[in-house]
Amino acid sequence: MTSAFGSAPAGRGDPVATPARPTRPSAARAHRKRWARAGGTGWLFVLPAVVMYAAFVLRPLVLTIQYSFYNWNGIGVARWAGLDNYLTVFTDSDLLKIIGNALVLIVFFSFVPVALGLLVASLVRRITTGAFGTVVRTVLFLPQVIPLVAAGIAWSWLLSTNGLINQVLRAVGLGGVARAWLGDFDTALPAVGVIGAWVLLGLCTILLVTGMSKIDPALYEAARLDGAGPIREFFAVTLPSLRQEIGVCLTVTIIAALASFDIVYISTSGGPGLQTTVPGLEIYRLAFSQRQVGLASALAVVLMLLVLLCVLPIQRLTRGDKS
Amino acid sequence: MATSLTKFSRRAALLAPVLALGLAATACSAPGADESPTTGSDAAVSTDLGTDPITLEMYAETGFPLAKALADEFTKQHPNVTFNIREDQFTVIVENAPRVMASDNSPDIIRLPTMVDLVKDDLLKNLDPYFTAYGWDKFPASQLVQLRVGEGGTTRGTGSLWGMGLGYSVTGVFYNKKLAEQVGMTQPPATIAEFEQLLAKAKTAGVQPIMQFNKNTAGINFPHQALQNQFGDPAQVADWIFQKPGATFDTPAALKATQTIQKWAQAGYFPKDANALDYASMVGEFQKNNGLFMFNGDWESANLDKTMPGNVGFFLFPSESAGGKHVAMSAPNTFGIGAKAKNPDAAAFFLNWAHTNPTAREIAVKIGGSSPGGPSDLAVPAAAPNTVLAETLKASQQLGEENGAVDFTANATGGIFAAAITPEMQKLIAGQQTPEGYVKAVQAEYAKELSR
Repeated sequence: MTSAFGSAPAGRGDPVATPARPTRPSAARAHRKRWARAGGTGWLFVLPAVVMYAAFVLRPLVLTIQYSFYNWNGIGVARWAGLDNYLTVFTDSDLLKIIGNALVLIVFFSFVPVALGLLVASLVRRITTGAFGTVVRTVLFLPQVIPLVAAGIAWSWLLSTNGLINQVLRAVGLGGVARAWLGDFDTALPAVGVIGAWVLLGLCTILLVTGMSKIDPALYEAARLDGAGPIREFFAVTLPSLRQEIGVCLTVTIIAALASFDIVYISTSGGPGLQTTVPGLEIYRLAFSQRQVGLASALAVVLMLLVLLCVLPIQRLTRGDKS
Repeated sequence: MATSLTKFSRRAALLAPVLALGLAATACSAPGADESPTTGSDAAVSTDLGTDPITLEMYAETGFPLAKALADEFTKQHPNVTFNIREDQFTVIVENAPRVMASDNSPDIIRLPTMVDLVKDDLLKNLDPYFTAYGWDKFPASQLVQLRVGEGGTTRGTGSLWGMGLGYSVTGVFYNKKLAEQVGMTQPPATIAEFEQLLAKAKTAGVQPIMQFNKNTAGINFPHQALQNQFGDPAQVADWIFQKPGATFDTPAALKATQTIQKWAQAGYFPKDANALDYASMVGEFQKNNGLFMFNGDWESANLDKTMPGNVGFFLFPSESAGGKHVAMSAPNTFGIGAKAKNPDAAAFFLNWAHTNPTAREIAVKIGGSSPGGPSDLAVPAAAPNTVLAETLKASQQLGEENGAVDFTANATGGIFAAAITPEMQKLIAGQQTPEGYVKAVQAEYAKELSR
C-alpha cells in the first residue's frame, strides 16, 4: 500500500536503454539481427528491472486502486463498496483535517528549506572550494544522512519540557514561553515542521550550491559592471539560473511533506488530538490498526493524486522553456 | 511541442505492456479469503503430551519475560518439547496477528490483542474441548469470562473459550511512600473524596499529584475508567466493552468521570506536559520521585521493587463511600492457539500447565508480577514481604473475592483506543474538548465500528 505514493516520483525515468547492436558477424544469425534491431536485446537488458518494477511498484499500485473500491478487513471476505471510500475521504471532517495538516507541512518542509537554502547557498558559495568548503558541505548535508527515526527521537528530546530548547529559553529569561512543544495543541504541528525543515535544509542547500557553481562567472562580472549590488545580482543572475535546481528541491520536499510518516510517527504519533496526524500515518493506522484496508487504500490513492497535483505544475514551470 | 508529444506517446507505448504485466499479476477477483471451513470445536483432543519431539511456535510480546521463562521451565520438565519464540512489541502484534495467523506459518501459541475480529475470521482455535478435557470449570468463572466470545465473533463475555491468560493482571494506584509522608498521607484513601483531598494537598505542597502519560496512547484513560467504574454500575461498563446490544458509553457515570478528569486537569493534578509523555517517560519520572500517584498495573511491580525498593505502595482505586466495593480493570495476559496451529494439543497442555504446575505458578508471580490464575483451591505463591509485588498480589486476590474485575474500555473494539479515546482524551485535558463532547465522540466511533 505504501508503495502507492512512493511510486509517484519513480515513473519519470525512461526505463529503456538504447538497443545494442550485435557486432559479431555470423551468417546464420540474420533473424537474430532483425530481432535485435527491433529492440529485443534492449528489452532483455531491462527485463530484470521491469519485472522488479512491475512486481514491487505497479502491482501494489494496481492492487491499492482495486482495494479502494472494497470494504475489507485484510483477511475476511471483501464487500464491494463502489465509491463509498472516496466519499468518506472527501466528507469525513477528521480526514480532511489530516489532509490539511499535510498541506501546512509543505510550508515547513518545502518553502522554508528552499528559501533558507537559497540564503545559505549564496553565503557559502564563495567558500565551497578548499578544505573548509568540504567541511561546510558535510555539516550541511549531515541531517540528510541521519535516519529520520533518529532525527525524530533527537528532536523530541530537544523539544521536550525539560529539553535543551526550553533550558535555553529559561536561561535567557524566557521561561514563560517554555512548553512541551510537541504536546501543545498550538505548537505541535509547527514543531514537527521545524524538524522536517532541519532535515531537508541540507539537501536543498547542497543542490543549490552545486547549481550556483555551474553559473557562468561572466554573468556576475557583467552584472557588476552594470553596477548591480549583491542583492540585485542574486535576483538578476543567481535566481533565474537556479530555476531547475529549485524545481528539483521543491519536488523532492513537497513529496516529503505530503508523504511524511517517520518524523511524525516518532515525535508525536499524530497527537495531541489529530493536530499532527498526516495522511501517511492515517493510512497506516486505518489499514493495520483499524483494519479498514479499503478506506486506507482510497486515502492512499487520493494522496498519490495530491502529490501529482502539487508536483506536476512545478515540473512544467521549472522545465518548460529550457528544452 | 511536437517532439515532446512523440516522446510522450513513445513513453506511453512502453508503459502499456509494463502496466499490463502489473495487472496480470493481480488477480481480478475481489481481495480476501474465500469462505474457509471453520475449525470444528467438536474435534477430538488429547491431553497426552507424548514423547515425540515437538517444537512449539510461540509469538510473544517484547518486554514480557514471563512467556519465555515459562517456556524454558516447561522444556526443563518436558524435554521433548522445545519452543521457537518470536517476539514483537505488543502494538506490532496487534497489527500483525491476523496476517500471521492466516499464513501457513501460523504460530501455535500467540499473545492476543482483542479476540473478536480473530474469531470472526476463523483464525483462533476454539478451546471448549480443552476446557472440558482439563476441567477448567474448576477455575473461577470470572477469571475466564473476558476470554469468551459468542458465535461468529459477536458479543464477548459469553460463548466459547478462545484464550487463556499467562498471568492475570490487576490495575490500581501506585504511590511514592516518601512523598506520601511529605503530604501527610498515612494510609491509602478510603473514598474518592479522600483521594481528591490528597491530590489537593500534594498540589499545595509542590508535589506533582499524579504522574500519568497521555502520548501515543491515552494513559489518562486509566484514572478515567477507575472513576467511571465507581460512578455507576460496573456491569454497564462491562456490557459496553463486551459489545452487548444497546450498550452505550453515553452514560451519566462516564460523563461524571469525564467531568472529574477535566476538573483534575484544570487543577494541574496531571503533568502539564502529559500529552508529550509516553509510558516509559511516566515510569521514569515516577521512579525519579516526581509524582505522588501513578495509575498503572501490576506488570510494573517487580520493576518498581527493583528501582525504588521499599518506597512504593499500591492500592485499589477507592469507591465513593467508605467500605464500598472495589472495581478495577483487570485482564488476563491473553494467549490463544491458532486455528492453523500444528501442535494444538501440546499448546493447550502448556497453557494448562502454566495455570496448575507449582513451579510455573511461582514463575508467574516472581517474573510476571501477577496472579497465575488457575483453580480456586490452589494457593497463590507468596511474594517477598514488604514489596509492592506482595501488595499487588493481595489486591488481586481481594478483587477476585469482591468479584470486581472489569476489562479495559480501551479493549472494547479494535480501533476505539487509537481512533477515539486517545485523541479525544488529549483534547479533553488540553481544554479542546468538553466532557459531553468526549462521551459522544467515543460512543460515535464505537457505533461506527460496530456497524461495519
